[in-house]
Amino acid sequence: MSAETLPPPSPVEEPLAGRTDSRPPLPSGDRSGWGRLFAPTAVVAAALLVEWGLPHRQAVPPTRLYSGLLVGLLACTLVFAIVGAMRTRFSPWVRRNAPLVGGVAFLLALWNLVTGNLLPLPYFPGPQRVLLSLYDDRTMLAVSTYHSLRLLLAGYTAGVAAGLVCGILIGWFRTIRYWGMPLLKVVGPIPATAYVPLMMVLFPNHFLSGAALIALAVWFPVTMLTASGLANVPIAFLDVARTLGAGPRYLIFRVALPAALPSIFLGLFMGLGAAFLTLIVAETVGVSAGLGWYLKWQQGYLEYANVYAALVIMSVFFSGLMTLLFLVRDRVLNWQKGVIRW
Amino acid sequence: MVTSTAGGESSSLTIRGLRKEFMTESGARLVAIDHLDLAVAAGEVVSLVGPSGCGKSTLLRLLAGLDQPTSGELQIGSDPIRTPSSDRGLMFQAPNLFPWLTVRRNIESGLVARGVLAQFRHEVDEYLRLVGLTGFEHAYPHQLSGGMAQRAALARVLINHPRVLLLDEPLGALDQFTRMQMQNEVLRIWSARKTTMVLVTHDIDEAIYMSDRIVLMTPRPGRVDRILDVPLERPRHRDDASFLSLRSEILRLLHFTGT
Repeated sequence: MSAETLPPPSPVEEPLAGRTDSRPPLPSGDRSGWGRLFAPTAVVAAALLVEWGLPHRQAVPPTRLYSGLLVGLLACTLVFAIVGAMRTRFSPWVRRNAPLVGGVAFLLALWNLVTGNLLPLPYFPGPQRVLLSLYDDRTMLAVSTYHSLRLLLAGYTAGVAAGLVCGILIGWFRTIRYWGMPLLKVVGPIPATAYVPLMMVLFPNHFLSGAALIALAVWFPVTMLTASGLANVPIAFLDVARTLGAGPRYLIFRVALPAALPSIFLGLFMGLGAAFLTLIVAETVGVSAGLGWYLKWQQGYLEYANVYAALVIMSVFFSGLMTLLFLVRDRVLNWQKGVIRW
Repeated sequence: MVTSTAGGESSSLTIRGLRKEFMTESGARLVAIDHLDLAVAAGEVVSLVGPSGCGKSTLLRLLAGLDQPTSGELQIGSDPIRTPSSDRGLMFQAPNLFPWLTVRRNIESGLVARGVLAQFRHEVDEYLRLVGLTGFEHAYPHQLSGGMAQRAALARVLINHPRVLLLDEPLGALDQFTRMQMQNEVLRIWSARKTTMVLVTHDIDEAIYMSDRIVLMTPRPGRVDRILDVPLERPRHRDDASFLSLRSEILRLLHFTGT
């Protein structure tokens, strides 16, 4: 019988429960006022004073990259403050992030001050030198970043794929869990980097051995958290699905996996962190390309400004990838908003 | 034994010599249900009432096929019950909607699981309307109130056209007002479809209001203590004299009055 023949239902009794922003409150203080908006500009101006006004013991190279950066930043913070003051739809965003921009400028000024007068060269170059390295060695840095990215993606993809397969098998099938879990517990905690000697023998070239090393590092957390996510799926969901007529495929891929996704993403994040670490190690021991290799190479020449430049690139590179993974998670786990606190 | 009625959507249930034991963690044997016999006619509404631990929920899980009996026979129509099937829809006290799916996708989930979504997709809107959730199809379960979530769960079960509806205190977690409203909705659907229903409840008013027969069960091991007919005309009135006298009789049989 079709539902159409039934009389209409009674009206819905309750509206959607109102969900408000549950983020913690902003740091208190002068929250909407001018002080908050123009503070970053003031800090950048102070940083410029440090650069121009205070004596430097370190000989500053004759370019004006750092001053240029600060002047640019000064202009940006001014625009920022004005946009914030005009109460456009960007204003709340500006107000939320203004203290952070000020903080960045403060750290730059502090770095400049400390390296200019307290810390010795060549180990502690100031911002000016590091900027110059970033500029002068840009080709080498770009090529190194490209090589690192290639190796990282190859290893990470392989590790995630293997981890998901192993995690599903161990998490779902009782017999595989019986044998697989103890093995995982014994083998997994060995740091992937300890396998360097083995991988060098097992693989024909350094790229493959490096990728395998990264894959191994990623595989463990992804397997572990996929397996535990699957094993902890509420039985009620599985019972409901079975009484709705679900077979094993639906139970695994449409119930258990989605329910385990929060845990799986935790594994993906831990895996990415492990992948960064292993990437740098792999590049310093075997692979002769990439940011890790560049780091070691420049250290050999005591070119510490280049070392810092590589660290800056790594920071941007790695945090960019992390942010990307966060964005993917936010999209995939959109349904969790309101269930847990983000 | 009647196996189906007009509409072909309901089936009888037969329980013969049912026994269910559990092993406790200490290795002791716990008999949850013993020597239980019960026949539910097609299209009938039967309530199971009894003290906690009398095996009511266990019985529903066995009827659903989620657990296997230690011994005895379970039949839907003339077919033995062995595994879960969309023939027998089950609703729990918690809606257990899949939190990662919208209301619409939750209602569709049984169709997807059985691979018949394309065939029945046109019914989804009808069921959304049937349970009064039109306009909420894109909401996620956490955005729904308890009553709305339970309606969505009801639609998810009903769209499978089960021949038997097993209800394990489905309204137990709702407030009194919402619960009475939902009782009417379930009865409205039942009167249109005549789906066989087995309802576990702690609420004696609910049992009288909803059922054709009320099965009183004994505590552990659970078995049928007594079966009461509810000879009241539908729609029933909760303040009716015969309603109230039946209520006090059940309370007396459950030893809650007259000491």
